[in-house]
Amino acid sequence: MGMTITEKILAAHCGKKEVVPGELIMADIDLALANDVTAPLAIKEFEKSGAQTVFDKDKIALVPDHFTPNKDINSAEQAKILRDFAKKHNITHYFEIGEMGVEHALLPEKGIVLPGDLVIGADSHTCTYGALGAFATGVGSTDIAACYLTGKAWFKVPESMKFIVNGKKKPFVYGKDIILYIIGKIGVDGALYRAMEFCGDTIRSLSMDSRFSICNMAIEAGGKNGIIEPDETTLNYVKQRAKRDFKIYKSDSDAKYVDIIEIDMSSVEPQVAFPHLPENTKPVSEATHITIDQVVIGSCTNGRIEDMRIAAKVLKGKKVAPYVRLIVIPATQEVYKQCLNEGLAEVFIEAGAALSTPTCGPCLGGHMGILAKGERALATTNRNFVGRMGHPESEVYLCNPAVAAASAVLGRIGSPQEIGVKEEVL
Amino acid sequence: MILTGKAWKYGDDINTDLIIPARYLNTSDPVELAKHCMEDEDPDFTKKISKGDFIVAGKNFGCGSSREHAPISIKYAGVSAVIAKSFARIFYRNAFNMGLLILECNEADEIKTGDEIYVDTEKGEIKNITQNKIYKILPVPDFMEQLLSKGGLMEYMKDLKKA
Ligand code: SF4
Repeated sequence: MGMTITEKILAAHCGKKEVVPGELIMADIDLALANDVTAPLAIKEFEKSGAQTVFDKDKIALVPDHFTPNKDINSAEQAKILRDFAKKHNITHYFEIGEMGVEHALLPEKGIVLPGDLVIGADSHTCTYGALGAFATGVGSTDIAACYLTGKAWFKVPESMKFIVNGKKKPFVYGKDIILYIIGKIGVDGALYRAMEFCGDTIRSLSMDSRFSICNMAIEAGGKNGIIEPDETTLNYVKQRAKRDFKIYKSDSDAKYVDIIEIDMSSVEPQVAFPHLPENTKPVSEATHITIDQVVIGSCTNGRIEDMRIAAKVLKGKKVAPYVRLIVIPATQEVYKQCLNEGLAEVFIEAGAALSTPTCGPCLGGHMGILAKGERALATTNRNFVGRMGHPESEVYLCNPAVAAASAVLGRIGSPQEIGVKEEVL
Repeated sequence: MILTGKAWKYGDDINTDLIIPARYLNTSDPVELAKHCMEDEDPDFTKKISKGDFIVAGKNFGCGSSREHAPISIKYAGVSAVIAKSFARIFYRNAFNMGLLILECNEADEIKTGDEIYVDTEKGEIKNITQNKIYKILPVPDFMEQLLSKGGLMEYMKDLKKA
């Protein structure tokens, strides 16, 4: 019987020829990721077990990105736990401030995750790496501790859903809009426990950065993983970065899917998700009455170089509206450097934006842009839950970087066309 | 196992930011986390509940982030089990891994805040004493039973490593 790309990767990592949905497996892990919020718990559990050595110092990634540069004393203590552990076990992929970036932008950029890998991360957006044709999924801290001990994790093989995305996109429509549109259609538990496989001409035409945005938000539909078969675009991205071998998997033509959903993007506008769930999506033209206090451009969803270029193109020569705060956060040091080299940083600063060092910051209401009671933000992040960016009575709307940039200028939600930016950016 | 307590009822899609807001994640101290359990959904939650009470919810409980701080804060707040129509997958996994009892029940919607609940895990039954009704708990997969009986994932994996 045919297998999906997800099933093939899982089978290869538990030494089986074939796995079927529902089957429980114990699989070998290529990379176990944790951050400054989740690693301290994992490290505590690992140390409680009495173990002296980790399973493989090259297969552990520790990224202090959430409350860093340390927000307060507690955060400093948490980050120190990672640093001490990394030193003690000589962990290869530990990233100190200055090198650190938002984990899900950083690891692919550094070539640490590659096609065919099986990755677990104590962070729900670990599913981002599916854009490379890897199986990657979020787990808890105890799973990470158990993996430090044994190099293994347990999985229930998920059923797969196939999303065939076709049609020429309208201007200012990106990967972010495709995934928001899909979540709007199927709901926040529409893919619960399942693999979401994205294919079709529109997906093929997307840059890697847009593909990362799509797989990043698979979890917002309840998905176990998001995945895109590698192609030329993937290989071009990976070849410059890989320092080890990797394997390309593709779904068989007779692979089984529990659901096949066709999406036609040709008439889909840029999407805005209204509070307080990512499924509350509307076209941007139906959101133009919403005034805003803050705009955030960044995060593991949309903090990559393509996003910075899109935002800068929209903002060039414009000014942020009075009393609106625009915060731009390149996701990694590399993206930050590119912003400087390409003159994007200057565009942001001229427009009146605060340009920050890489951090998760306001995305999870950590620091660097917290909302007061009753305030409203528009963000390129991935969650608009109650209190996500600050006070429980504040609101978050989600969108792509072009809409975010245009809205910062307008002082309300709106499209780039409304401020005279007409051309497709990339 | 027999458990008794009062039900505290919430809706669908209760996410981990509601269970334990990220502003408290700069610590992993269970006692500290327990103080803020359910704070953004129900600010008085920790004041209202008594030890052994149940959280009851609709579909997709625990969606959102992977933070194990969520089941930890619930457990240390004194909640004996979460009863819901369905659980988000990372939350489900975390609960079994770290030892918070969670029960899937199709009729969870019928339970109301204040109902007296009696759970018999062996029988796979939830008795709603107030409403005089009995609901079925969906069976726990074998592997999960093994995790529970070993006392969580770490103990299970230690044995696996020895083998
Ligand atoms: S940017 Fe936001 S969603 Fe991404 S890892 Fe950081 S906190 Fe999580």
